[in-house]
Amino acid sequence: MPWGLLKQGLRKSYLPRGLLPRRQALKDSYDVVIIGAGGHGLAAAYYLAKEHGITDIAVLDKGYLAGGNTARNTAIVRSNYLTPEGVSFYDESMKLWGGLSNELDFNIQLSNRGHLTLAHADSTLRTMRWRAEVNKHLDVDSDLVYPDDIRRLCPHLDLSEDVRWPILGALYHPPGSTARHDAVAWGYAHGASKRGVEIHEHTEVTGLQRDGQRVTAVETDRGTVRCGRVLQAVAGASSVVGDMAGLRLPIRTVPLQACVSIPLMPFLDPIIVSGTLHTYVWQTARGELVMGGSSDPYPGYTTRSTLDFKEGLIAHLLELFPFLAEVRLMRQWAGMTDMTPDFSPIMGKTHLDNYYIDAGWGTWGFKATPVCGRRMAETVATGRVPEILHAFDMGRFSRFDQVGERGAASVGH
Amino acid sequence: MEINAKAMSQPMKLMNCPLNGWRNIGEFVYGGEVVPAPAHDAPTEEWADWVFMENNTAGVVREWWLHAPSSYWFIAERDTVRDQVLRSYPPDEVFTERVEHDKGAGTT
Repeated sequence: MPWGLLKQGLRKSYLPRGLLPRRQALKDSYDVVIIGAGGHGLAAAYYLAKEHGITDIAVLDKGYLAGGNTARNTAIVRSNYLTPEGVSFYDESMKLWGGLSNELDFNIQLSNRGHLTLAHADSTLRTMRWRAEVNKHLDVDSDLVYPDDIRRLCPHLDLSEDVRWPILGALYHPPGSTARHDAVAWGYAHGASKRGVEIHEHTEVTGLQRDGQRVTAVETDRGTVRCGRVLQAVAGASSVVGDMAGLRLPIRTVPLQACVSIPLMPFLDPIIVSGTLHTYVWQTARGELVMGGSSDPYPGYTTRSTLDFKEGLIAHLLELFPFLAEVRLMRQWAGMTDMTPDFSPIMGKTHLDNYYIDAGWGTWGFKATPVCGRRMAETVATGRVPEILHAFDMGRFSRFDQVGERGAASVGH
Repeated sequence: MEINAKAMSQPMKLMNCPLNGWRNIGEFVYGGEVVPAPAHDAPTEEWADWVFMENNTAGVVREWWLHAPSSYWFIAERDTVRDQVLRSYPPDEVFTERVEHDKGAGTT
């Protein structure tokens, strides 16, 4: 339990603490400029300050703190991936998630509830058996379970055999959890700014100045700042910002929609995912069902909602939980996801000496927030890419050495 | 079918197929940016670029689309920020001559 919370609870009068200092003027120069004040950028700033003693950092964002995909994902964290590279990477993240509330002294509301990925076809079961074996080999708790176990874990699920897509089995990943995504960003922001990192919201990067192979300054709508190193962490706008640095990326920006129901009595413990039915759902502590489906059928830089999405998602959800038919939706939203051809992220160095990239996070970025922040901080601080990130180098697409994770994406995209 | 300019200015719900006219957007399949293919003997990096890299433009783009029920491929100009199709036309408006890929076949 985070001690700050306990102290707060014992206090006679409630004293809310100011999280971030008031906005300062931009300095002329920073050692490290991080573009993007989402979970990833803030985590990188935090670990740079805490583990590498680099505090002359500006985190710039054209919007407000964590107002992009950090606040639009569906808050699920897990590590039951398909490739050994992916599993090792996300598992390091799971280890960090476990201690994050204490580390940040900020309650991120990590809730361990188990994660069930349903199989409705033999081919799906085959991939799950593969995933389970890769997971177990790397010491990640993950196994194939069958309808009897599923009934025990989630009694409300329709396990009838006379439906269009009967449930044949599931990949069960007990460590699967959810975390309050806003709190993660606030916790990292607080921890970073406490150590001297400046967070500048509503500061749009408009260009980069280069001298040969180095970025010398970052141009913003509040003036130009010189910089020692730059880290780009702008999910959803990676191609646009990358273009300023002359980067060419294998990314399609595709909207991803999600929605939340009215609050219901608690009935759903685990996180339920069905790739075949393009649906995932879990119930928050407030009782709302958080629901999502596959990405939109074509790319775009827009966060509008569509009726097609809701019709498809809800029809499939009712296959799993028919009794939800009368439940109303409360909120809906969309984020912009950077889809890569192999469903894996792009992290590490670029063709420029002092420009680092953290991109291609498609629909799998939130769970990687701690590990990506920590390992990208290490990369920026030392100038060396740690081994755990080697496989995610952007050069893999010209070496034909991709990290194929499509089989472990929560739903078909 | 009577579809006025107002339908065009709305976010994508209908699209004008050059062969079949206005159809529900759900009947169409996205096919990627219109990017000329490299020469058959171009270096590997050029092919890797063509296969994997994307311009991913925020703005007006030219793309391949398929009307799935009639299996008809065409080209559409679309604003990816405003989610609007501006124009759609048959591919022979752009591809005026046949591209031969078998030139030099057999060489490595």
